[in-house]
Amino acid sequence: MDSPPPLSAIKDAKVLMVGAGGIGCELLKTLALSGFPDIHIIDMDTIEVSNLNRQFLFRQKHVGQSKAKVAREAVLRFRPNISITPYHANVKDPDFNVDFFKQFSVVLNGLDNLDARRHVNRLCLAADVPLVESGTTGFLGQVTVHLKGKTECYECQPKPAPKSYPVCTITSTPSKFVHCIVWAKDLLFAKLFGDKAQDNDLNVRSGNASTSDHTEDVFERRKDEDIEEYGRRIYDHVFGYNIEVALANEETWKNRSKPRPIYSKDVLPERLIKQNGNMDSASATDNPSSVSAMASLGMKNPQEIWSLMENSKIFLEALKLFFGKRKKEVGNLSFDKDDQLAVEFVTSAANIRASSFGIPLHSLFESKGIAGNIVHAVATTNAIIAGLIVIEAIKVLQKDARSYRMTYCLEHPSKKMLLMPVEPYEPNKSCYVCSETPLSLEINTHRSTLREFVDKIVKAKLGMNLPLIMHGSALLYEVGDDLEEDMVTNYAANLEKVLSELPSPVTSGTLLTVEDLQQELTCNISIKHREEFDEEKEPDGMVLSGWTPAPAVEKKDENHVDNGVGTSKNITNAEQVETNEDLEIVPADIEIPAEKKRKLSEISNNDGLGTSRVAAKTNNHSKVQDLDDDDDVVFISGGDSDPSKKRKLH
Amino acid sequence: MDGEELTQQETELYDRQIRVWGVDAQRRLSKANVLVCGMTGTVAEFCKNIVLAGVGSVTLVDDGVVTEAALSANFLIPPDESVSKGRTLAELCCDSLVEFNSMVRVSVEKGDISSFGEDFFSKFDVVVISSCSLATKKLINEKCRRLLRRVAFYTVDCRDSCGEIFVDLQNYKYTKKKVDEAVEFELKYPSFEEAITTPWKRLPRRMARLYFAMRVIEKFEEAEGRKPGETSILDFPGVMKKRQELCEEESFNESQIPDYLLERLVVGTREFPPVCAVIGGILGQEVIKAISGKGDPLKNFFFFDAFDGKGIIEDISNPDAAS
Repeated sequence: MDSPPPLSAIKDAKVLMVGAGGIGCELLKTLALSGFPDIHIIDMDTIEVSNLNRQFLFRQKHVGQSKAKVAREAVLRFRPNISITPYHANVKDPDFNVDFFKQFSVVLNGLDNLDARRHVNRLCLAADVPLVESGTTGFLGQVTVHLKGKTECYECQPKPAPKSYPVCTITSTPSKFVHCIVWAKDLLFAKLFGDKAQDNDLNVRSGNASTSDHTEDVFERRKDEDIEEYGRRIYDHVFGYNIEVALANEETWKNRSKPRPIYSKDVLPERLIKQNGNMDSASATDNPSSVSAMASLGMKNPQEIWSLMENSKIFLEALKLFFGKRKKEVGNLSFDKDDQLAVEFVTSAANIRASSFGIPLHSLFESKGIAGNIVHAVATTNAIIAGLIVIEAIKVLQKDARSYRMTYCLEHPSKKMLLMPVEPYEPNKSCYVCSETPLSLEINTHRSTLREFVDKIVKAKLGMNLPLIMHGSALLYEVGDDLEEDMVTNYAANLEKVLSELPSPVTSGTLLTVEDLQQELTCNISIKHREEFDEEKEPDGMVLSGWTPAPAVEKKDENHVDNGVGTSKNITNAEQVETNEDLEIVPADIEIPAEKKRKLSEISNNDGLGTSRVAAKTNNHSKVQDLDDDDDVVFISGGDSDPSKKRKLH
Repeated sequence: MDGEELTQQETELYDRQIRVWGVDAQRRLSKANVLVCGMTGTVAEFCKNIVLAGVGSVTLVDDGVVTEAALSANFLIPPDESVSKGRTLAELCCDSLVEFNSMVRVSVEKGDISSFGEDFFSKFDVVVISSCSLATKKLINEKCRRLLRRVAFYTVDCRDSCGEIFVDLQNYKYTKKKVDEAVEFELKYPSFEEAITTPWKRLPRRMARLYFAMRVIEKFEEAEGRKPGETSILDFPGVMKKRQELCEEESFNESQIPDYLLERLVVGTREFPPVCAVIGGILGQEVIKAISGKGDPLKNFFFFDAFDGKGIIEDISNPDAAS
């Protein structure tokens, strides 16, 4: 049998993998088997038990160790002669600068969050290194190829922002279980166990100044107060009293069903029987991380939906355990999905609140998923996606630009395909990341501070890591290790000032330049003063625009769909039938069945990996059809006859 | 289900996938017994996937010994000769697989798969075979079909950067939730023999060409008495001749089975690791579907070619054959 030597393109390649998790483990294995000789891998995470069902390079004994390092060792066992360089570090560390990226032939992403994806995208653009990007959720996945100036960059299409809820939905009018979870996690848990100094909207706003005095110390445990009394007092306050206060505002309930106040005495016996709450059985060891209210109450099944009474018991027990076994941490805890007691507390609190509002209750398992924004993950999808990444990486190394594909891994076949390749798009000319398009910001320059601008726009929206803000030649703000002390003081003072009162005032018409030196990205933002913002629709109190695809492009896409399905001369009748059969699946964003819709929004909710684009893409750009049209000629230009189409690469 | 609960260990380990397919599916998986024959790179990928998923047991059959070719795409085999000497591929793969998940029983069965009786196959819920001759594929498929209990049967083969999966679930019933009510579905699968004897000209015009090309190679290897993958460029003229013969029998246009595709399959007998990952992943997903009863299983062929990147499902059932 002849054995072909590894492709010369692979033999000389030096690749960077970002992420050694679900996709990363599969990817490293497939790269090694395929003959890649020099692989660098960055991952800041350590191994957890819940990784082991799919991250097959890791074992129980590795829990707590660096993913990048353990992955390297595991792969060297079956491919000892290749070079793998691990970095147990955050890809956003300043060490990983443009020069670092420049040493690689291609960068392969196996990340789980939008923030890092955007950061790597910018560094790849700045270093002019091709990027193969990927993501999976459950059975869905995708692989895309990004080459500066040739294909769209990762940020050419705006990514769905993480879901946020209006404050009053959370504090007063929850209608879904997730609202109760957010309340329990971000408000109640934070109030009781987190930093007391933090602002918190837990109490219903009543407009009456005297009651706010009264509520001020409600959450403090009184001197010598019995822990169960304290727990019941908190219980009665948040599930009873606060609901009564809310009910008093009749306007709110005109078109809503009224919640029911719940007091502990109505649900539980006056005094909980002591043997039930045996604190010692909560943990065999004194390890604080193994403390559990469920264990303490003899409850085992995380899949079970607890009754109101059970939830109430868990609530009081969890609170008791926090103040008993984990007292030291109280005051600086923040919610962590891997903290069993925290999950128990949040589950019970959310369920009791859900009972009040007539919302269906959920199990601990489900609550944990919602509260922790847990990404659904299976090994098979990751393996498939990793295989597809390597296929694209090899094409990139061979500079075979005509055959680059974005590939979608689908749960239900579309046009008979479970793996669907689509030609990449050319860069979006209005992309502020790869095309330097100016942005515009509507903001109240008399009320918004520089800090709000930095947090809500520069960091959250523009995804900058080490920003520098300039107004003309005046520096308003910058981040860095090597700043002079007086500058640091200066910038700190600037942060608290409203825009119009900065040393170099920012007013309507000002052009601000925001730069990230690490990402080598510069944005120009034109400021427009606006007095009022809609609290519900524009909770940031500022609106950034200019980077959504221009309307003209959208229109072209519509034309394309029409063209693809109906009028193209290439398409036979038989194929139209085929297309119609697929209607149920493909053009999901026209008429999405309820179930599907939820799934899509969940995806964007998780980390914006963009799988939600599967439906949008396959629908808006029926390029697949072009590809499927003739098997002999794999690379069809397709767009020649119709200049209005969004232009493909070739 | 029977109300048995998963242990805390299982709940923790399988947390992320239970969020995908649910507790019931996980319980069914943990009771399923899978037989795997032919430890190729693709099968190694598949085994990894189902061991991680938490099936009850996996039994491996392959008495072959380590060769450079066997190593090339299989990450379960250590390259160290001192470890692999005197041991079969199945044994070596077994050693690696047991480490992936202590809750799955992985074992080895020695012997020639084609000599195993029906009793043997009746112990399994799923049978996957790879790198077997045409005759063996048919034989094992028929043995599985004669059993009282339904055994899900799969074949999987990768050549060059192409892969093929065949699925026979016999009569497969499953329920799907549509809005609020559960709807019953039933799929009738043809056997491998029934499927591949479907007259070519009756198949849809846009059939994946890989299907025809794989049949030509299969017939060529059978006629020449070759083991699967025992071909080289020297065989290309013979394969072309086989194509001509088959196309004449089937009144089928030879241009539907392009030369370049046959050439790739004849020459590229080594597996291409990224394709192993893709095909092993799809196969893993399908087996998980069939065991758990969740999701639409594919019927009844799957093809992937890295050249065009498409992963295509084809339903190849002979409407005339009584099944």
